[in-house]
Amino acid sequence: MPSRRRAFFVLVLLLALAALSLVISLAAGSIAVTWSDLFTALSGGSPTGEASLAVEIIRGLRLPRALGAFACGGLLALAGALMQILLRNPLADPYVLGISGGAAVGALLAMLLGVALWLINLAAFGGAFAAMLIVFGLAHGDNSWTRTRLLLTGVIVAAGCGAVVALILSIAPESQLRGMLFWLMGDAGQISEPRPALAILALSLLLALPFARELNILARGDVLAQTLGISVTQIKRGIYFLAALATATAVTTAGSIGFIGLIVPHLTRLGLMKLGWGNDQRLLLPAATLAGGSLLLLADTLARTVLAPQQLPVGVLTALIGVPVFLFLLGREKHA
Amino acid sequence: MRSALHEAPLIFTRNLSLRIGNTNVCHALNWQVNPGERWAILGKNGVGKSTLLTTLAGLRRPQHGELNLCGVQIGVSPAPTLSRQAQQQIAKRRGYLAQHHSDPFSSTVLETALIGRHPHLGRWDWESARDRDIAYAALNEVDLAGLADRDVQTLSGGERQRLAIAQLFTQQPQLFLLDEPLTHLDLSHQVAVMELFKQKTQANDCSTHTGLSGLVAVLHDPGFAVRYCDHALLLFGNGEWLAGPARDIITAKNLTRLYGHPLREIVSDNDRWFIPC
Repeated sequence: MPSRRRAFFVLVLLLALAALSLVISLAAGSIAVTWSDLFTALSGGSPTGEASLAVEIIRGLRLPRALGAFACGGLLALAGALMQILLRNPLADPYVLGISGGAAVGALLAMLLGVALWLINLAAFGGAFAAMLIVFGLAHGDNSWTRTRLLLTGVIVAAGCGAVVALILSIAPESQLRGMLFWLMGDAGQISEPRPALAILALSLLLALPFARELNILARGDVLAQTLGISVTQIKRGIYFLAALATATAVTTAGSIGFIGLIVPHLTRLGLMKLGWGNDQRLLLPAATLAGGSLLLLADTLARTVLAPQQLPVGVLTALIGVPVFLFLLGREKHA
Repeated sequence: MRSALHEAPLIFTRNLSLRIGNTNVCHALNWQVNPGERWAILGKNGVGKSTLLTTLAGLRRPQHGELNLCGVQIGVSPAPTLSRQAQQQIAKRRGYLAQHHSDPFSSTVLETALIGRHPHLGRWDWESARDRDIAYAALNEVDLAGLADRDVQTLSGGERQRLAIAQLFTQQPQLFLLDEPLTHLDLSHQVAVMELFKQKTQANDCSTHTGLSGLVAVLHDPGFAVRYCDHALLLFGNGEWLAGPARDIITAKNLTRLYGHPLREIVSDNDRWFIPC
């Protein structure tokens, strides 16, 4: 049973988890930092003597990377949760459905043309939007056949995008290759400015939340929603736009990171159901956003410390976790 | 003025014509449903009973004629979509029970019943204790009170159908539009559900509107239709229709023509039943 008090409780708990993840990621690494370094770095004070190196590392390297990873995780989880409702399919995810691939194609084409950075971001958004248009246009509905068709469409779109990306990589000049490879596997190490992603995360969540109760009903079918007085087409368009915006922002910030949008909303939903608190988007959307941010932040911390000084791209790690979870869910679908 | 509004017909049609594909559902339908009336819609498979019902619910547009639903004029296709205000006015006053219910995600039975409160809540409102009481009462009426915390995905077909009916009761509409409300229900629940709907149209037990309720149901058993409905609308599939008091309209002769199969009437204890020959 959803209530404001329970939602508040869950969100406070998840905020604490996010704060803890942030502290862990700032403290972990080859250069040890102390509590006072952390405090100095975050409070904006000026460090003295030995502490200055640690503070510099936290402020200049770890903090932007950590905030960027958090924002991307949140954006992907939010995009996944929204797409799952739009398609009424718990297997929907920006990566699986080729939306991230579409963004990568858009960005790479723009890079090949040598345009300005903001145009690359715009092209990534266009690519994500186009891929979503294809997938959603071909596969909506909720019977077992459209579910299969949805995944097939997504896989085909993702494969097509992969081929285009490979083509661009093979004809691109040597000097651009490194920057382009970044789009193929998600890597939070390149993030130097996390603020745009954080701002878009906050904006998307604020825009989606007022319509969360409508989304609860849309998840149960368009006819029911229309019966209860919801302007189905307008809300769907808005949610579609938000999901594309969130995906494109995450991809332009940290490349194609897979499976966060699938695993996080699913596990959040499962956890809330197990607690007997139901499946309410008013709670699920912010909860999945916070959980997604924390998960990606922790995954990225692990990715840069587990084989230190070698740094793994975080996308590799999320895929290693995500693939078995996805297969497990697909197996469960069969029995349901 | 107030009383006039509540005496006004819940559905009013003039020269309403409706086609779907090559099927002529009804031609020049002149019809009205008043508060307190219960209508059965009978007809063969594929004559467009569900299409007519969704049109009456304001979910699709008729091709020709006039349709007034709970005081809102529904324009003919291709009319612009209704204003938000009109959509919400309709959502509060007419309930529509669809033939299929889908639950792609886990959710609790109580939450699903509470969905019916949506039109009565403001954008920032959460369901209040009163809304919860309404939902519990509705679950109780359809015999699902013990399953409030269950996951809807684990319900049987009959339980899911009764949950959809509870959701409709939670909405507290003045006009009930039911598409095959007895699907998946066992015999005892079929009777119990029809009795419930009969009660709802005879007494006014909710605070959102003051008039009596009306009901239009697509049914397949003419016996249930004469037992629980006082009026009937027959659709013959070629645009022809017949409407009037159930006892005049639902006869062995009309039904034989309607279903294209000979039927016999059997009277027992004032109940009339129709069986195929």
